Amino acid sequence: MNSMLVVAGKEFRDDFRNRWTIAVAILFAFLALGIAYFGGAAAGKVGFTSFAATLASLTTLAAFIIPLIGLLIAYHTIVGERDNGTLLLILSYPLSRTELVAGKFAGHCAALAAAALAGFGLAVAVIQLMQPPTRTLDAWLQIGNFMASASMLGASFVALACVISVMTDDKSRAAGLALVMWFASVVLFDLILLALLVFSGGNRAEQAVYPYLLLLNPIDVFRLINLTTLGHGAGNDLFMGMTASHVYRPAVLYLVMLAWIVVPFWVALRVFRRKEV
Amino acid sequence: MPNAIEITALGKQYGQVTALQTISATVPKGQVIGLLGHNGAGKSTLIKLILGLIAPTSGHVEVLGETPWGSHTHPLRRRLGYLPESVAFYGNLTGQEVIDYLASLKHAPRQQSRQLLERVGLGHAAGRRVSGYSKGMRQRLGLAQALLNSPEIVLLDEPTAGLDPQATRELYAIVGELRQAGRCVLISSHLLAELEPHIDGALILREGRLLAAGSLVDLRRQAGLPSIVSVRLNAQADGSALARELEHMGVVHELQPNGQLEIQVPEGSKVDVLRSILGHPVIADVEVREPTLARLYDWLGANRQGNAGEMP
Repeated sequence: MNSMLVVAGKEFRDDFRNRWTIAVAILFAFLALGIAYFGGAAAGKVGFTSFAATLASLTTLAAFIIPLIGLLIAYHTIVGERDNGTLLLILSYPLSRTELVAGKFAGHCAALAAAALAGFGLAVAVIQLMQPPTRTLDAWLQIGNFMASASMLGASFVALACVISVMTDDKSRAAGLALVMWFASVVLFDLILLALLVFSGGNRAEQAVYPYLLLLNPIDVFRLINLTTLGHGAGNDLFMGMTASHVYRPAVLYLVMLAWIVVPFWVALRVFRRKEV
Repeated sequence: MPNAIEITALGKQYGQVTALQTISATVPKGQVIGLLGHNGAGKSTLIKLILGLIAPTSGHVEVLGETPWGSHTHPLRRRLGYLPESVAFYGNLTGQEVIDYLASLKHAPRQQSRQLLERVGLGHAAGRRVSGYSKGMRQRLGLAQALLNSPEIVLLDEPTAGLDPQATRELYAIVGELRQAGRCVLISSHLLAELEPHIDGALILREGRLLAAGSLVDLRRQAGLPSIVSVRLNAQADGSALARELEHMGVVHELQPNGQLEIQVPEGSKVDVLRSILGHPVIADVEVREPTLARLYDWLGANRQGNAGEMP
């Protein structure tokens, strides 16, 4: 446990040192503020709009960016050590393979969560100051919900990056696979669902499956957690339409999200334990 | 003396490739042992097995009385030090940060890391990023981390690669200190001439088989290779009488271009030959050389098939 914390601390500090965390926090803050301020530009008005609309836009933004950053921050976790020639040395220390992967996973997750909290937190603080006050309990719960689910989304993609990292023997190949995974989960998956929805031609039996299919992608689980909390008026009508027949309880969605963290992490551990060094 | 490492019928297979074939050997505490062999002989595989980085296909290793792989190996790992071949570190960290990180993993006292950097001559560069280190400096850092927590067994894989002569001397001085302190040091190297004065014994591998294991004295005795007596003659002296006497004794000899006479003295007749030639007035100087490790290595490669050995 102590060794795992030592590794986690190093990874966390490395992410700060490499300016990843700071750059990501700044990016989150700027994009969130930009969306909040210019989100209504298409309708001919700029300025901070309703809180729910801003959070809905932030959800869409986070669904694109957080998986990418989670993958980029962690794809080299193990394969990078192998490539650099440090893996053999580090494994000769009193450190099990489980502790090594868990430490790296925890360190990257903490760095990404810190960036999300700092970046989005700063944006939320500015929005709260600039727009008419909406400091109700609901608003704070929605913010907390967003922060927690964004951190979990990041963790699930860090775990998926760990799987890539232990399965590949080459860093550049791992980077390529990470990008393919991002494209598939952010773009391709929803496109395929959309195509299926169109071709099902209103078949009720087939359409009943879609809410469950959405659970097969952590990004959609993240969207579900936030958009169901914000309500149907919060945007992404097509997405909400897919789930109209089925309303998930937040606890169920959080459990599914947790599974999207635990299962890939477990797979990464199993693969790495069996791999020759 | 109790054994540091006990290897029993140890074998390792990578798919269809046999890296090690049922090797048995013991390595005592308090000695410096050379692990010798060509590329692909199985040296690195043996080191990985001793460290518990890989599990054997067959057989068993005991390191300081414990099995090095599986769960609960942390206490054992704290008693081992390892310098891998072509050691690499985190280039974005300074030398001090690297060794502090590794010291934390090994639960080594914090002040020891600074002392070790000084000991390997890196005190002045402790605050510099490792990415700016030369290969020799990285190797020194590798040696420093291998000595964290005062390990009882130190495994050094090609430790002098990239080191300048001064650093090489310093490394072997540290190896000598470890021997004095009763530690066991296992050094894998191709540089036999460099290694020879610093080791007590050797494990010699070829194609995954153990050709020989033992102290250098015993290995020389087993091989029965002749010693070389190099004789320098007085200026303008005629060495023909000496040569005739050597022929009469049936001893192989050869006059070198530099005027020295090199005599191959069979094991067991060294004293007789020396006694008979030392009375000759033509002799200015005599030097006796034992068979080198390189000759011993070549002889074992040509005459032994393996497999098994024990350090006396």
